[in-house]
Amino acid sequence: MNGMLTILVLLPLAGFLLNGLLGRRLGPAFVNVVGIGLPTLAFLTALWAWRTLEAGGGAPIIETVFTWAVIGEYVFEVSFYLDRLSAVMALIVTGVGALIHLYSIGYMKGDESYARYFAYLNLFLFFMLLLVLGRSLLVLFVGWEGVGLASYLLIGFWFQDVAKARAGRKAFITNRVGDAGFLLGMFLIFTAVGTLEMDLINEAFAGGLIPVGIATAAGILLFIGATGKSAQIPLHVWLPDAMAGPTPVSALIHAATMVTAGVYLIARLSGVYLEAPAASTLIAVIGVLTAFLAATIALVQTDIKKVLAYSTISQLGFMFLALGVGAYGVAVFHLFTHAFFKAALFLGAGSVIHALKGEQDIRRMGGLARRIPWTFATFLIATAAIAGLPPLAGFFSKDEILWFALASGQGGAVWLWALGSLTALLTALYMFRLLWLVFLGTSRMEPETERHVHESPISMTGVLVVLAVFSVVAGWFALPHYLEPLLPLPELQPERAGLHMAQIIFAVMLALLGLLAASWLYREGGKPADLLWQNLQRLHRVLLGRYFVDELYDRGLQRPWRWVSDRVFLRLGDRVLLDGSLHGLAALARRGAEMFGRIQSGSLHWYAWMTLFGIAAVLIWVWRYV
Amino acid sequence: MSEAMALNLLLFLPVLGGIVLLALPERRADLVRGLSMVVLSAQLLLAAWLYFQFEAGVPGLQFETRIPWIAAWGVHYHIGLDGLNLLLVLLSAFLGPLVVAGAFTSITKDVKLFHGMVLFLQFTMLGTFLAQDLFLFYLFWEAMLIPMFLIIGVWGGERRIYATLKFFLYTAFGSILMLAAVIYLAFTVLTQDGSPSFAFTDLYDLGFAVEVQLLLLAAFALSFAIKVPMVPLHTWLPDAHVEAPTAGSVILAGVLLKMGTYGFLKLGFPLFPDAAQIATPLIMTLAVVSIIYGAGLALVQDDIKKIIAYSSVSHLGYVMLGLVSYNLLGVQGAIIQMVSHGLVAGGLFLMVGMIYERCHSRDLAAYGGLAKLLPVYSVFFMILTLAAIGLPTTSGFTGEFLVLLGAFHAAWPQFEAGATYPLVLVSVAVLGIVLGALYMLRLARRLLFGEARAPEAEGGTLRDLGLREKAILAALVAAVFYIGLFPNDFLQKTEQAVIEYQERVWPARAGEGGQ
Amino acid sequence: MTTDVNLLLAVSGMLFALGLVGVIVRRNLLVMLMFLELMLNGVLLSLAVFTHLLGAEAGAVLMFLVFTVAAAEIAIAVPIILLLVRSGRTLDPTAYSGLKG
Repeated sequence: MNGMLTILVLLPLAGFLLNGLLGRRLGPAFVNVVGIGLPTLAFLTALWAWRTLEAGGGAPIIETVFTWAVIGEYVFEVSFYLDRLSAVMALIVTGVGALIHLYSIGYMKGDESYARYFAYLNLFLFFMLLLVLGRSLLVLFVGWEGVGLASYLLIGFWFQDVAKARAGRKAFITNRVGDAGFLLGMFLIFTAVGTLEMDLINEAFAGGLIPVGIATAAGILLFIGATGKSAQIPLHVWLPDAMAGPTPVSALIHAATMVTAGVYLIARLSGVYLEAPAASTLIAVIGVLTAFLAATIALVQTDIKKVLAYSTISQLGFMFLALGVGAYGVAVFHLFTHAFFKAALFLGAGSVIHALKGEQDIRRMGGLARRIPWTFATFLIATAAIAGLPPLAGFFSKDEILWFALASGQGGAVWLWALGSLTALLTALYMFRLLWLVFLGTSRMEPETERHVHESPISMTGVLVVLAVFSVVAGWFALPHYLEPLLPLPELQPERAGLHMAQIIFAVMLALLGLLAASWLYREGGKPADLLWQNLQRLHRVLLGRYFVDELYDRGLQRPWRWVSDRVFLRLGDRVLLDGSLHGLAALARRGAEMFGRIQSGSLHWYAWMTLFGIAAVLIWVWRYV
Repeated sequence: MSEAMALNLLLFLPVLGGIVLLALPERRADLVRGLSMVVLSAQLLLAAWLYFQFEAGVPGLQFETRIPWIAAWGVHYHIGLDGLNLLLVLLSAFLGPLVVAGAFTSITKDVKLFHGMVLFLQFTMLGTFLAQDLFLFYLFWEAMLIPMFLIIGVWGGERRIYATLKFFLYTAFGSILMLAAVIYLAFTVLTQDGSPSFAFTDLYDLGFAVEVQLLLLAAFALSFAIKVPMVPLHTWLPDAHVEAPTAGSVILAGVLLKMGTYGFLKLGFPLFPDAAQIATPLIMTLAVVSIIYGAGLALVQDDIKKIIAYSSVSHLGYVMLGLVSYNLLGVQGAIIQMVSHGLVAGGLFLMVGMIYERCHSRDLAAYGGLAKLLPVYSVFFMILTLAAIGLPTTSGFTGEFLVLLGAFHAAWPQFEAGATYPLVLVSVAVLGIVLGALYMLRLARRLLFGEARAPEAEGGTLRDLGLREKAILAALVAAVFYIGLFPNDFLQKTEQAVIEYQERVWPARAGEGGQ
Repeated sequence: MTTDVNLLLAVSGMLFALGLVGVIVRRNLLVMLMFLELMLNGVLLSLAVFTHLLGAEAGAVLMFLVFTVAAAEIAIAVPIILLLVRSGRTLDPTAYSGLKG
């Protein structure tokens, strides 16, 4: 049916407008109805759109809304494009989105800006849907920047805390750096192909008419955009700080949906990347490095949300690894499973924080398993899922990634696989560390906090249960296979084709090893681990310092830029050179005038003498020269 | 009423209003304000009507009036609309009532004179845009200085004398050189055609030698570049803005700066196409330097008005970058960016004025957490900030996106032919969007977020926006979103004129892409 | 005729020189004003001579114009001096050098 996708996109926008304009006046009940109702409706619409798509045999549905601009021969249209990839994304976004809206009712209860919160959340959904459903890169970019805006607003939601407002700004600026790359990539593609419609771009590149150089350059530039949005090295620094936002926001935006936009972008433009092996290799390398380095940092973090933030960066690295070796469907598969278990983890963490009245430091937790059993159970399942224990969701998707990292005919390499596997081990380690420190062992809570520990309301635990169920079953759905008509899997390297079973067993053993190591290192509140770190102090400091990337950017970029602006542009340029020379000229004119002014003494006789001299001079001149 | 008549009426409405204004008693400030409001609103309606009557795709001028004026010199009273001035006329007419409405409470001294000056300014600005005769253009161009000079000099801040003098000297200096070039042009027409003429269309066809063109372009360009302003001729702008009353700042940023870019678009480049082609790398460089330099300076200012003033330098750098791309994408983007900047910077200055009225401070360090104290104000401020950053769905995005796309589009063939420099410049300009976000978000963060505090907030409370202020800002914000979401109507009406522009200046580039 | 012209021009030059010397040496504003008039008359005489020599009627018109202006000038200058004297009680121009601005 025509208009279906438009309705889908506009539903959350309506939610934003209603809640933003009227929410404050009409009270929380109204906010709830709008804030939950419209995303749920959007989810149902997405389901309906998906059914329609399947009924049509998976042929893409294109819906043109209006023409944004016509410039000469170029037409920029706002149109939506639904194929299996965008359908999956839309379902994740609206599904997880609706659940998190529901969860937020309990979590945000009593906040003075309750309506504003839901308005922003709905705004986010609107832009995210624009992003995944846009047919042209332009619409995608609108959504891309829009989700950045929503993220900025939500990170700084409690804006009276300067640190939080700063974190929001940092996220926005870092993303903007990526966006500059995105824009350049978009311009290049537009110049080369003459259109921004992504299906046509893919066709044009697949047609082989575009030189490899352009494909590579465009691929890398767009990937820079993706590193910003998806927090990959070197633009990963904003995501941990983004944890300043309310926890449901971290779950929705900074774990399940927005940060996966980069993955979606590259999967969507797989036609370009198939023509650009060098760019793909770069993606794989950056992906696996990000996965590994973020996992190492996650090992030492003490803030429950920061552990999860680094874990997200690491998991996104896995997705990029898959993209880099040409397994686009697999990356989307991991994106899909990750959305559930990571959302469950974040919301579980939110439930813990809620129970402890805002405590986020895992060194002051422990033994919570009995006190908040529902949260514990769901957190356990999600942890096992992300660690890759069969038959949970993460196992399937991560195993596929590692398998293609090893065996893909498009850049699979042993070292990628080895580093990926090591990261998988670290993943199990830091996740079970978190589990142990938070839920098991003895309590290290402040007595005051301990007395108040309580399980979250059903609206929160209910959502946790749903997400936990999906964390189990999501992997059973063979998503790569489902997407194969769109995103074919790469050929395998023949000599490694038979190793899949071995790789599976190896991966499971790694996950179990991580579990065992964590249970040994982090018993008794982590004393064995502390001993271990004491022997590795220098490494520990580097990890705690997060490889000092923030400091590097601060000293290497931000401060020099301020210095140049202040000293060179303002003081030297504007004040000394420009205004200085201007004032210099003015002073020169004034002094000259003063000098000549002295001739005008006020004495009439002097003036008469001057006249005499003048006449004499003229006469002499006339006599000499005329 | 015919459209041509309406156009004349549009131009002379402020004059008629001014005559009636003279008859009003000085004490009745309400009548003075009301009259100005009515006159300028009528002008806006007229401009809107003309906009809808304006036909897209028709070459040349529409609604033309051409009457001999000083026959001996070949001077005509010649006005008309084309795609280049259409949107700017609309913008000026749109900002007019908002300026008067914004000054309702802030101007209490010499109210009658003030509104007289605003009307006079409106007349000269529209005259400059509409003039199709160089003599007339120059006349309006110069006359514009007088009311602006008075508005800053009489109702300005503490250092207003310094600021007005600087403003006047800069612009007058540029104008003198332009006058010399104008005289030269007039003599050339006289010797070539045998009869004097100042009509733009006659001047476009003078074929000068390249060296002569370069000199003449330099004279014109200096005058225009001062108005834009382009680095390094910009230092009058922050001072003028800081000292000007809110209304002055709004007109200055909203319309006056566009005179410079419009001058390049309508006269500078088309009159001297060969010189323009040669000067393109230089102008591109200066445009990109302006973008970066302005962004840098905006970052280290603590005076809110200065931040916005320097952001204007940066934003108009984009306009210049678009103009010298000489393809449809870039030039159309530049025109949209002009309008967008007029709305956004004008709106921001209005908002600074509103907060100044309440707290009597423009020092960023004195504020914090206004989102808590003035929620409605903060929403509007945030929207305008985001538009200044160029966030999609706002007008800023439409302008910047098309400008950068056009500039890239022009630079890429050169890159493939071996010239890297233009591409490097465009890439730097794209990075400028990061710097733009940096200073605007700093402003928003310090002003709106953090712990709530503001000077002179009795008992921690401030009066949030009143109905009048809300209406002004709502109109601006609506326009900002309209251009962001549905720019096509505008683009269609300007397209024909832009095609003529590019064919006049650089026909070879017109062919390659973007047309 | 030529001798007449030369003679007349010499007279004109002498008148001018006399006036100038008078302005320089005298310390009385009113007298200085008179010498000023003398200078003017010297110039006017030369104007008359040349007008006559060239037969240009425009010169005669100009002469009358200058006469009128000179008369007007005196008519204004004398009251100014009177006003000055009323405030300064002296006719010495050095007392009014503050008027240079």
